[in-house]
Formats: sequence, C-alpha cells, structure tokens
Amino acid sequence: MSIKNRYLILLILIPWTCLSHFAAAWERDLRDKASLLAQASLRETPGIVADLETFGEPALPLLEAMLNGNLHSRRSDKRLVIADSQSAEQIPIIDAVTAEKLQDSRKRLLTKVRVNNQLRKQIRRIISRITLGSPNASVRHKAVDNMLYNLNPQSIGLLAEAKKIETDRDVLKLINLTLAINDLRTSDESQVLLDATNTVRGNLEPIVFNTISTLLRQHEANQRIQDDEFFLRQIKRVHAELQTKIKFYQLAERFYYGLSLGSVLLLAASGLAITFGVMRVINMAHGELIMLGAYTTYVVQLIMPSYIEFSIYVAIPCAFLVSGGVGIMIERFVIRFLRDRPLETLLATFGVSLILQQSVRSLFSPLNRQVSNPDWLSGSLEINPIFALTYNRLYILLFALIVFANLVLIIKKTDLGLQIRAVSQNREMAKCMGIKTDWVDALTFGLGSGLAGLAGVALSQITNVGPNLGQAYIIDSFMVVVFGGVGNLYGTLVGGFSLGVINKFLEPIAGTVLSNIIVLIFIVFFIQLRPSGLFPETSRVSK
Amino acid sequence: MRRGPPELLKPLLKFESIKNDHFPYVDVSHSVGLYVEGLTVTFDGFRALDGFNLYVDDGELRCLIGANGAGKTTLMDVITGRTKPDSGEVYFGQNINLIGKTETEIAQLGIARKFQNPTVFEHQTVLSNLELALHGKRGIFDTLVGDFSSDDLDRINEVLAIIGLKDRIKSPAGSLSHGQKQWLEIGMLLSANPRLLLVDEPAAGMTRGEAERTAELLKDLAGDRTIIVIEHDMEFIRSIANKVTVMHQGQMLAEGSMTEIKKNPSVLEVYLGEEY
Amino acid sequence: MISSYKRGWYSENKIKSLYGFLSFLLVLSGAVSFCNVYIPRESPLHVEIFTITLLGKYLCLAILALSIDIVWGYCGILSLGHGAFFALGGYAMGMHLMLQIGDRGVYGHPTLPDFMVFLNWSELPWFWVGFDSFWFALFCSALLPGVLAFVFGWLAFRSRVTGVYFSIITQALTYALMLAFFRNEMGFGGNNGLTDFKDILGFDLQSDAVRVSLFLCTAMTLSVAYYLCFLLMESKFGRVVLAIRDSEERVRFLGYQTEIYKVAVFVFSAILAGIAGALYVPQVGIINPGEFAPLNSIEAVIWVAVGGRGVLYGAVIGAVLVNFAKTRFTALFPEEWLFVLGALFVLVTIFLPRGLIGLAGDRPSNSGETSRREF
Repeated sequence: MSIKNRYLILLILIPWTCLSHFAAAWERDLRDKASLLAQASLRETPGIVADLETFGEPALPLLEAMLNGNLHSRRSDKRLVIADSQSAEQIPIIDAVTAEKLQDSRKRLLTKVRVNNQLRKQIRRIISRITLGSPNASVRHKAVDNMLYNLNPQSIGLLAEAKKIETDRDVLKLINLTLAINDLRTSDESQVLLDATNTVRGNLEPIVFNTISTLLRQHEANQRIQDDEFFLRQIKRVHAELQTKIKFYQLAERFYYGLSLGSVLLLAASGLAITFGVMRVINMAHGELIMLGAYTTYVVQLIMPSYIEFSIYVAIPCAFLVSGGVGIMIERFVIRFLRDRPLETLLATFGVSLILQQSVRSLFSPLNRQVSNPDWLSGSLEINPIFALTYNRLYILLFALIVFANLVLIIKKTDLGLQIRAVSQNREMAKCMGIKTDWVDALTFGLGSGLAGLAGVALSQITNVGPNLGQAYIIDSFMVVVFGGVGNLYGTLVGGFSLGVINKFLEPIAGTVLSNIIVLIFIVFFIQLRPSGLFPETSRVSK
Repeated sequence: MRRGPPELLKPLLKFESIKNDHFPYVDVSHSVGLYVEGLTVTFDGFRALDGFNLYVDDGELRCLIGANGAGKTTLMDVITGRTKPDSGEVYFGQNINLIGKTETEIAQLGIARKFQNPTVFEHQTVLSNLELALHGKRGIFDTLVGDFSSDDLDRINEVLAIIGLKDRIKSPAGSLSHGQKQWLEIGMLLSANPRLLLVDEPAAGMTRGEAERTAELLKDLAGDRTIIVIEHDMEFIRSIANKVTVMHQGQMLAEGSMTEIKKNPSVLEVYLGEEY
Repeated sequence: MISSYKRGWYSENKIKSLYGFLSFLLVLSGAVSFCNVYIPRESPLHVEIFTITLLGKYLCLAILALSIDIVWGYCGILSLGHGAFFALGGYAMGMHLMLQIGDRGVYGHPTLPDFMVFLNWSELPWFWVGFDSFWFALFCSALLPGVLAFVFGWLAFRSRVTGVYFSIITQALTYALMLAFFRNEMGFGGNNGLTDFKDILGFDLQSDAVRVSLFLCTAMTLSVAYYLCFLLMESKFGRVVLAIRDSEERVRFLGYQTEIYKVAVFVFSAILAGIAGALYVPQVGIINPGEFAPLNSIEAVIWVAVGGRGVLYGAVIGAVLVNFAKTRFTALFPEEWLFVLGALFVLVTIFLPRGLIGLAGDRPSNSGETSRREF
C-alpha cells in the first residue's frame, strides 16, 4: 500500500472519529438526564421530560417507549431499557438510548417507569414538537400524518406554527389538509369552510370523507350551518365526488381480490388442465400434490433458515420436482393400469390422496405450519389511501401468469407438447409414429403434477400450510377446468379468473361461505346448460 | 300464450309416445318415406354433408354407396338425431320434421338403426337384448310392471327363428361370434318392427351364405318398410338394390339403378380417377 | 322356445340367492338380539348391547351401500354425493329427535332446541314446523333426498352430464351442502349439529330394549330394501338400466328415454340412502355437517367396490366388512386407518375390479365392468 493511499484513508477516517466522539458526548448527556427518570417521583418527572426535548430526535425512542408504558429501568444497573411489558417470562430488551440489543431479561428484574395521563399529554406534545421540527421531511410527514387522526387544539397550534416554516411540498400539503379538516370540524365562517372544502376536495383519506359526512349529518340534524347555501352545495358536490371515487376504488379492490383468487385458482387448475384437460385422467390427488409443493417450501425454509429471502427461489424448482416426481410415480404405479376407466381412476387416485395426506400428517404433524414470507413479498403497493395492492398477491398473480404462459409455450411450441397432443388425440396412431407413449404419459402427468407443486409454493405465501391444504382446492380447480372447457388451456385461464372475480364480488353480498356455495351451484347449473364448458372443443364424433 | 306443462317437464309427463303398432303419426299418403333436402353439417370447418338431397319412397329399399368420408354415416347420424345439422330439412313421411327431435323421439317414431360395428348389450342375454328392442311401450312404469304379451312371445320366437339363435337365448350376447352379433342386431331391428330402417354395413363379417340370407331378409322386409342400406360390398348391393345413391364429399353424385350408375361418367371419374 | 315371461326370466339361482340372503340376514339379526336379551350376562354367548348398536350401524351403512350399488353397479352412474342424501335423511330424523327433547335441554326451553336458544331465536324457523311428528319426519327423511336427487338428477341427466363430470358435480353438491350446514344461520345447529337426543316415540334411546328394537328395525329395512332392489333390477326396468350402463346411446336409439330411467334410479337410490340416514341417527345419537364431507360419500363407494358392484349382496358384504375393519383398526392404530383406506382404494380398483365377489368366482350374468366409453 502506498503512502498516498494511507493518507487518503486517514483523511476519510478523521471526520468519522470526530463524529463518534461527538455522538458519545450527547449520548452520555442523554443517558445521565434520562437515568434520573428511574428514581424520579411523578411530580419531578415532567421537568426531566421537558429537558429531554432539548436532545431532539435521539430522545424519541425513549419518549415513545415511555408513552406506551414500555420504558423500564433494569434493577441491576439502573439502565433504562425498552421492553414490551405485555409479553411473558423471557423478554427481549433493548437499550433506551442506543437501541442496542441487550440480553433477554425477566419481568421481575425490571421496574417500569411510571407515567400518568398528564405526563402522557406532555410527552405527546414533545414528540410532536420534536418530529415536526425534524430536519428529515419524511419524519415530519409521519408526524403530521399521526396528528391527522388525533386532532386537538394543541396539535393545530403546532401545525399552524410548522406551516409557516415548512418547505417540503408534500408535508405542506398534508399540513394544509389537516388544518382544513380541523376547520371543517370546528369553524362556522363560510369563507374558512369554503377554503377548507376546496383544500380537501378529491382527497381520498378516509378522514376527509368521514368529516364531510359528519358535517352533513350535523347539518341535517340542524346543528350546524343552516343558511350557507353556496357552501352547502359545494360541500355536497365534494361529498358526492368522493363517494363515487370511493365506490370505484372499492370495486377496483374487489376486482383485485378477485383476480388474486383467480390467480390462485388458475395455478391450482393449470396442472389439472394438463392431466384432466389434455390427458383426460381424473387425478383426485391433485390437491395433495399442491400440498406437497407447499410443504416443500416449508422444508426448504427449514433447511436454510438464514436465507429466507432466497429460499423461495430454491423452493420453486424443488416443489416442481417433488410434486412432479410423486405425480410420475402415481402415473406409473396406479393410473397406467386404469387407462380408459375414468371412474376407477378417480377412486384409485382418491386413495392416493388419502395416503399422501396421512403421510404428511404422520411425518410433520396434523397442525398447520407457518411459512414465512420473504421481505419483498410483504407490504403493499399503495396507490392511494384507500387502495393498496398487497405485494404477495401481486406477485402470485404475476407468477400464475408466467407459469401459465410457459405452460402454453410447452404445449404449443415444444416437441414434448407436440407429442403430448398427439398421444391425447390418438394414442394408437402416435405409437405407430414411433412416439414412446408410456414415456410421454409419464412426462405429461409429471408436468401437470409439477405445476400443482408450483401452486403449492404460491399458496404457502398466503395461507397456512397443513395436511388439508389440498382438499380446499381440489373441487374448485376441477370446477375451473370444467367451467372453462375441458381440453382448452385458455378456457382454464378465463375460467380461473372469472370464477375468482365472481366469488369476490358475491362475498360482500352473501358472505364468504354462502358465496362459495353460490358459485358451486352456479357451476353445477352452468354444466347443465353447457356440458362442455365455456370454450368447448368441437370435433367430429366418431363411433 | 303458452299452454300445457313447461318445456322442461314435457318429456317427463310423456311417458309414451307410441300409441299403437303402426305408427299412425307418419303420413305416407303421397308415398314419401324419407325426404332430405339441402342438408349441411360441418365439423370445425369440414363439410361432412354439403347441401345433400335424398328422396326415398315409402317402402323402398335404397342403397347408399360412397368412399370413406363421403358423409354416409353422418347422414344416418342426422336422421337418427345424433348430430344436429347446420341447415337443411329432414322429413319422415311428409309430415314429421325430424330436425330438433331427440334420438329417443325419433326411435319412438319408428326409425331404427343398425350400427356399423355390431352394438349389442354384451352383458345381457340374447333374449334380453331382443326384449329391450321389442316394439312396445318405453316408459318407466311400463317396464316396471310389463310382461310379455302373447303377441310379443310370438314375435320373439319368430325373430329367433329368422336369426337362428334359438338355442342361445340364455347366453350373454358378449359370448356370441361377430357374425352372430350381427344377426342379433338384425334381430333387434326386427323385434322393434320399425317403419324406417337404417342399416350400416350389414354384411361386414358375414360369410357369403350369411350375406345372401341377409340380402333375402332385407328384400323381404322392404315394401312394408322403408330401408336405407349403406354397404361397400358391391356384390351385396347388386343382389338387393333397385336404386342406388352415390355420395361424394357430402353431396349426391348420382342416383339410379346399378347399371345406370356403372355407366355414369362422374361416378366413373370419382371411382376410377384420371384413367377414365 | 320360450313360453312364459317369468319362467323365461328368473333363474333358479337368483331366486335361491335372494331367499338365502334374506333368511341369513333375518335369522342372524334375530339370533344376535336373542343372545342379548335372553342369555345372561355371564354366559359367553351373551352379546353386548354395544355390539348390537355397532351391528345396527353397519346395517344402516349397508343400506347406503345398496343404494350406491343400484346407481353405480347397475346404472353406471358414479355418485360421489350419496353421503349428502344419507345426511339429509339423518338430519330430518335428527330434527324430530331434537324436538322430542322438549324442556329437558340445558336451557330448559319448552319448544326451542338448545342451539336456537343460544342463538337468541324466539321461535322455530318455518322449516322445523311439523318435525315434532315422527311419521312426518320419517316421510321427510325419504322425501327430501328424493326431491334433491330428482332436481339434481333431472338437470344433470337431461343435459347428458355423465361419467366423471357427474361424479365431480355430485361431490361439489355434497361439499356445498356441508359448507351450508356448517353455518349457524342455517338453523341446523351449525358445527355441532344435532345431538343429546333423549327419546324416540316416547321410549328412552339409551335403554337396551330400544337399541335392540332399532337394530331389528334396521335389519328389517335392509331386507325390504334388498327385496325391492332385487325386484327392480330383475324387471324389464332393471334390464333397461343395465343396458344404459353398458351403452346409453344404443338404448336411446332403441327409443327409451334414458334420462328418465336414470333419474328414476337416482331418486330411488337417494330415498334409500335417506332412510338409511334416518335409521342411523337414533343409533349413533348425533348428526353433524361432517356427515356431508366428500370423504364419507367416496368411502361408501369403496365399500361397494370392495364387496363387488353390480351384485346386491356384494354391496352389503363390502359395507359390513370394511366398516368392521375400520372399527377394529381405528381402535388399534387410529393413525394408520387412512393408509389402509387409501391402499384399499388403489388395490381394489387395480386388482379387484369385481370386488370380493369376483374373487370368489361368483359371476352373475349381468355383472361386469362399467361402460368403457365415459366421455
């Protein structure tokens, strides 16, 4: 390493060491100040808390913990720690000042720092002041957001102050909104009300709609605003606009839920579209193959606990192989002997499903297992305050479409797909053309079963994994295939999504269980009317 | 205004649509046995029948010939209600429109069909096969309490004598030889005593002698009944037919006596190709 | 030359096996009851009341199996929803027994069953009216499954829904009913179903005499059902039904309206199943939505497959054997029963397509595999 380089490194390091010195200084002060809380009487506490305000943001965790009653002092060394006082025996604790993780402690080794209502009010005020004064815009934004749902004269005062110096546009907007809502709630002056109305117009925060509704209700009850026609017309218009918008987004949300359910159904059914639709084999163990896929995800997570983020990438091929492998075994050992005897195939594969279920029950446990979501799958994509798309469902939707697209490609474009179609249309002829029909049968069935495994991976992200997981989906997925038209892949796509959407739109009217039943009955009637589904295959019937 | 029970329930209430032996519904006063006009059937764009016309007199024995895919079996499917045509008319006699009727209704009108491959009920005895086909009431209550009438017994004994299976009446039909099954199926046609018979390749799998007997039988039956025979065996056709219809690609190519057909240039072209 | 219908038709063997079976059943159930009532407890010949109730249960399930055999073995319709008819019949009887409790329930309400009091209902829902009459309840236990089977079958068979399609929608039917009956608002006791019955026709359900009588009733019902099925299947009607199993299309071309035959068989079978359910409930003392579970229906199908379908006594033997095995097995290895059941499904369908009857080499002329053309 050259001298020049060393010099550079030194240059970089110096400010950091200074900073850490500085940090240590305030940290010590804060700790000294705060530690007084441990012994202080309730009468002395307000003074100490007021002093803490001078430390600004670093004191926030401590104050918040105190507000929530989670601030304790450790008996052994009088150190202030944060611990969730709700939890039992062994409590994980962190240092109140540095947020450093400490060794777990027992409840009786901690003394709670006492607070009363007056103190809480004071702390809240301090927290608001600190956060509103924060140099960080997002902290300020969050602070205002909190106030929006806890409006009181004090916070309004603070906000009015903050408004004068606020530079960030988003924060300013939020402050204006909050003040406008306050006006709508309290003011009687028509100009103020009118301005406030214009400010909140079109805003989808639930509180806006609630405030306006309350206002109109008060008006109807002759409590407020009797003679201000112009304002009333205006506010009614805003109210109506909001109502339409909210209704629209509610519909959009239903639709999204419907698509989400549809994507799950599509995943569960696309395997069946192969085994039942193309091969005409009734596999009642399909649901259990889905379950195996979900359990594979669980096992993969057990094997690599520290790489949960990646485990899903490992689980996808694993689940495909596990379910596909079991599927091939079912084909080789059971279904092969029952060709052209669909009712018997149905019974035999049902037997297989019982065996698989019981195996999983004996191997793991009859209880549900929790599969954890990777971080990128949790949370949601917020489109506006009342409409958010949860990531896990969004990704499953994408996953289902990708899987389905690949499936279509395999069937339509590859040699295997060609052979699958050939065997399904005319087995004898295919054999004569030199296609190894046994081999194709096994592979086709494996493909369909593997798809069930993929469905299992997706399901493990949105529901609990248990031995009965598959049962819940088997009837539904058969319905999807039958509804869409047996032997027609696109029918399955349309069938899955339409059943999902229908189900979710029925739910608010009829409730979950009843809408399930209605959909089942609907399909039963549908099959009566169109026995070959939405998109029937037409061909010359030969006898 | 709608009268009577709703459409859905009609078939249930009508346990029976044959009132007596000789199918009084069929009006053959103008000696029209079967009238087919402009019949078109397509499967996924393939025209199995393409504006096909056929007029068969009452009591006639008509032969249909044509290469595979000419539409012969499809025609039978349409007449018996198995396939719905895209367009065209099919009349039984001059008053009964067969389009839109179910297989069951058409069968009850007195139209019986013998399939290309013998289809008998393999798990049931010869007697039981004949009994099922026996002309008579077809409702559930009739079959629950029904018994052979003396007429029925006469008929069955007669049929058994014709088809030569008298000593096999208690054997399962599945145990019969191919030729015997053909005979059994013909026997089923006989015991159904239909007005119009559609016979698909009756001589297939029969010995020459048996085929001759079949030909005799069909000739006997004609007159009282209208018969349409599909056959590839020219020898057989020559022995029974006065009139032959040649089908080609879903259309009628030629019609006439066997000798006329043989001289018809378009038939020769289709059958012998360019050499002609 | 055949001369008479009857002589031409019934074979001596069939008549013999019919009377053989019926007398065996009646004598055995009579003997078992005798051994319970008249032989003192100390004697090794004494039969415990527990065993009697167990046998009664088996016989109920045998009636259910018989009903499945009629549709599946004879008509080729694989219904995976017969458990629903059984459970409906059971619920009809359960409702009657529930009302018989009167004010002896936990809440002591004079007319309302406990669960309704619990739900704060003030009066009986309309569909409970009339169930305080035993005969009405019995009638309903046959009527309700019959009506359901009629509507469902008529819709399905009319549009020619056959084979596996039919099987799957029947499974969906029973699944939907299960979901529905799990709901408290349905008014059938929700999750817990109907239970804690006290008496039937004024007699204490717990008493030995009533239990023995119920058992004998079941045996009688099974005999009557068996005899009816025999008559039905040996009539021309039965032969049409068999023909439908083997080639429905051919039967249609013969001029039979096959859907009506199928509906008739289906309804008859559903009524049998409903009656079986009505007999079952007072003996086991509970009916809950679990009875609608698709597994129950399909398990009943496997009894028939094990015994031998298309043969009446095959169904009865299968039901009794499999259930006996289940009782013993679940007592010894509760975990492994599903393995055994699953293996039974696989092995019987692959290796014993004609069931134990087929294994014994007894092959009635009309038995056979179902139609090869399902689609």
